[in-house]
Amino acid sequence: MLNSERIGHEYPPLVYAVGREKIREYAAAVGDTEPLYTDLDAARAAGFADLVAPPMFAVVYAGGGLEQGLFDPQLGIDFQRVVHGAQEFSWPGPAVVAGDEITSVFSVGEIRETAGLVFYEFGSRSVNQAGATVCEGKWTIIVR
Amino acid sequence: MDDHRQIELVVTPDPYVTVRYAGASGDFNPIHIDEEYARAAGLEGRILHGLWTMAQVARAAVQGAEVATPEDGYALKSLSVQFRGMGKLFGDVVVRGAAEADGVVKLDATQGETRLIRNARALIH
Repeated sequence: MLNSERIGHEYPPLVYAVGREKIREYAAAVGDTEPLYTDLDAARAAGFADLVAPPMFAVVYAGGGLEQGLFDPQLGIDFQRVVHGAQEFSWPGPAVVAGDEITSVFSVGEIRETAGLVFYEFGSRSVNQAGATVCEGKWTIIVR
Repeated sequence: MDDHRQIELVVTPDPYVTVRYAGASGDFNPIHIDEEYARAAGLEGRILHGLWTMAQVARAAVQGAEVATPEDGYALKSLSVQFRGMGKLFGDVVVRGAAEADGVVKLDATQGETRLIRNARALIH
């Protein structure tokens, strides 16, 4: 019961306000002590307006969008059987810093079935308040 | 950055790393934070978040580099990974990689005999 008609569907945009303490919380959770992520003086001395978010902070500002796909009734994904198969990110634009407002749009990419497994690809594009693309993602979910 | 650079990053998870990561990331899938739920799902116990492990690969890829500049953004321009085995909350996670030409870094992440991430490819500028 693959719903290939859903391919290309875009979900409503999600807006995320990047906070300084959220960056620190994320950096601590992954054990990253890089000063640009944790030390405001160091970030400002390097020329940034505020603390820099690690590139993988993309999962924080964009990750909520994945739930739009996982819980999309048109796709009917059985959440209990989901595993994360693969992940791609690119960061073509400026680094994300505290104070940015990031808007992310998720879309349904390829859907295919192989050997009893169903692969769903979701795309994400995140832009900052100036309209610059800060991250693009491809999220591959496998339903067993 | 010099070509042929060898990379190794060893991270020792602690029993609450998934709890902190759940809070930081918003991924509260109980398979990562609820021992009973994880066992009922047929696992030995709670498992690491794949994206936490990917974050270790991302850190390792830019080890020793300036991670970002106001002019050029992140040094890490892209990262793709395939998730394989499930990570446990004990045992070192080891990321190994090698820099190739043109800013390409190939990496993988293992925990004991388990390969957590394979075929990771990073582009560094």
